[in-house]
Amino acid sequence: MSDSQNNSVAFVATEVIPQSPPPARETGVVKWLRENLFSSVTNGILTLVALYLIYQVLSAILPWIFNGIWTTNSLAECRDILQGKTGACFSVLTERWHQLIYGFKYPSDGYWRPNLALVLMLVAIAPVLFFDLPRKLLIFTALYPFVAFWLIWGGTILAPLVALVGFVVAGAFFQVFGRSSFALGFFGGIVIALIVWTVGGLLIPEGASDNALLPAVPSRDLGGFMLNLMLGVTCVSLSIPLGIALALGRQSDMPLIKGICVVFIEFIRGVPLITLLFVASVMLAYFFPPESTVDLFLRVVIMITMFSAAYIAEVIRGGLAALPKGQYEAADSLGLDYPQAMRLIILPQALKISIPGIVNVAVGLFKDTTLVSVISMFDLVGMIRGPILASTEWNGVYWELFGFAALLFFVVCYGISQYSQWLERKLHKGH
Amino acid sequence: MKKSVVFGALTVAGLAAGAAAAGTLDDVKARGKLNCGVTTGLVGFAAPDANGEWMGFDVGVCRAVAAAVLGDPKAVEFVPTTGKTRFTALASGEIDMLARNTTWTFSRDVDLKFTFVGVNYYDGQGFMVPKELGVSSAKELDGATVCIQTGTTTELNLADFFRSNNISYEPVPIETNAEAQQQYLAGACDVYTTDASGLAATRATFEDPSAHVLLPEIISKEPLGPLVRHGDDNWGDVVRWSLNALITAEELGVTSANIGEMAAGTNNPEINRLLGTEGNLGEMLGLSADWGKNAVMAGGNYGELFEGNIGESTPIGLARGLNAQWTDGGLIYSPPFR
Repeated sequence: MSDSQNNSVAFVATEVIPQSPPPARETGVVKWLRENLFSSVTNGILTLVALYLIYQVLSAILPWIFNGIWTTNSLAECRDILQGKTGACFSVLTERWHQLIYGFKYPSDGYWRPNLALVLMLVAIAPVLFFDLPRKLLIFTALYPFVAFWLIWGGTILAPLVALVGFVVAGAFFQVFGRSSFALGFFGGIVIALIVWTVGGLLIPEGASDNALLPAVPSRDLGGFMLNLMLGVTCVSLSIPLGIALALGRQSDMPLIKGICVVFIEFIRGVPLITLLFVASVMLAYFFPPESTVDLFLRVVIMITMFSAAYIAEVIRGGLAALPKGQYEAADSLGLDYPQAMRLIILPQALKISIPGIVNVAVGLFKDTTLVSVISMFDLVGMIRGPILASTEWNGVYWELFGFAALLFFVVCYGISQYSQWLERKLHKGH
Repeated sequence: MKKSVVFGALTVAGLAAGAAAAGTLDDVKARGKLNCGVTTGLVGFAAPDANGEWMGFDVGVCRAVAAAVLGDPKAVEFVPTTGKTRFTALASGEIDMLARNTTWTFSRDVDLKFTFVGVNYYDGQGFMVPKELGVSSAKELDGATVCIQTGTTTELNLADFFRSNNISYEPVPIETNAEAQQQYLAGACDVYTTDASGLAATRATFEDPSAHVLLPEIISKEPLGPLVRHGDDNWGDVVRWSLNALITAEELGVTSANIGEMAAGTNNPEINRLLGTEGNLGEMLGLSADWGKNAVMAGGNYGELFEGNIGESTPIGLARGLNAQWTDGGLIYSPPFR
């Protein structure tokens, strides 16, 4: 021992050992795989099973998609070309895309009208969705419903103009008289608007729509995904203010208003939407003479709006209930009256809490618009189930059509959901 | 208070319905359009094509009536109805007539207060099996699994048929025809049963239709025909005789091709009466003299409509069978034009 010690040369490293790369299993892809996919035997097996399943699904779907035929005129021709190979028959989408989007009766030289209405809708909705935009844009938002009506339904421009004048006059009346007495301004405004609409309706000459700039399109001719979008947008935007009013009404101290709101909400929530739609399409026809029925689209919009307003009211009531009582008392102690307190203190907070719920209702409502196919309106699903699957060319094509419908709905609903998450982050003040 | 409001509304509704029923023919003429209820889509019977034009066998009846009344086969407002909305649409006056493969039954005629003006298609419940099963008669189906739409008359007919033949079956309940196609093709059931025309249309969509056979047994009666509201017999006559005009035209050999020369006058007095060159049948109905000619010209006679929409030259490929003229051993029979 000592011997070796004597003979040994003291070892002192004279240079720094170069850094060696980390062991292969602790770096890069391998590390990631090991930590995330194969961290234990069980997880490793699960990973392999999952990979196998994914492979199975993709190996079935991808050839189906990539072998897809886009240019034939019927399912039989697709099958001729495919000769028994796996492959989708997307030709149904290319041949019938206009029916899927606009319905089968909307005049094809007028497709630019709903397209333009859609583009303008994005402009009109922007200042509502994004608060950073100049507030002046809201003027266009207010005008938009009338523009869109004229674009989509066509006919005489006088009709939307009269409607607009009615609203403007009612608004002006409320501005003048609403300050002294809310009831006088509110109900007076409604009466004035009704007078304007009646007189205006009489003033529009018979047959004014015959040679209008945009040919008139009856509601029955609307269809396809356009109809879903129109119903969804109209009903959501109408039902949010109505829902707020109902939620506030339900919390009111005035027994009559509270009673009406409670009965309305509970009744509507207790009835399935499909029942309301049947009432709109079938039962109401009994109560009008055959020539003077209310437009079917309008009837359906009213029913869906009532339905979703009842749900949104409950969502907002949840938001109102979640606010600490101190907020209400703070508003009172500042000397604010009821409308001011609601507008400045209570609703901004309550609505912020309610956003996820409202978006939930809105997404659900948008998808529920496909229920109108049951009352023989040709929305996207109605077009697929009715005319397209019943044509001799395309009977038997299911996956391609319903996949397309699912894709369209997913894009819109996912967009709504992403917006709401952005909004929540933006409004989050943190604690 | 509540009650009186309800009764008031009912009275108004009753009056409105009464007013609508007073003169459908005059209403249609004044409107210049026939409101005709059709299905939202059934292969061969009614469906809009790629250009949005309604086509089909039932649609042909609507167009014939419109041509007879208004002289223009295009003057039809097609009102799509579902199985659930069709009867209320007719009863409420939203449509003037319904041509929507509707089975003529006692309760619909008597209890729902409609008038079936005739039969344009004799259907019946049939069976479809894969050819490889080697079955040639429904009576050999002992122990088979059967795809059957729930809640329909076909379900009851099926139970009756198997019980009366003393054989057993196992039902596979399904909801829609589309679901049935998938289940049947996937082999979830040996047999699919529904109306024979529906079976033929379904089979036509298969990749290999020849691998499936329709069994010869028809186990129920499903006479399909156009219908109108009770209480307006004049309008009922118009629709009935428009349909009869199509049937008679086929029987007498009047087609859309030769109707031009036939209308100039023939030696057959019945053809002349049908086409309005003799007699005053149109006047009796309250229509123009050439109403019958217009009805046939709208889409051809009964046989032409059949062949063009659901006949053997189409993908659906239905044989005339019961729907042949009575002179060819079928049931299609029109009272004389006299």
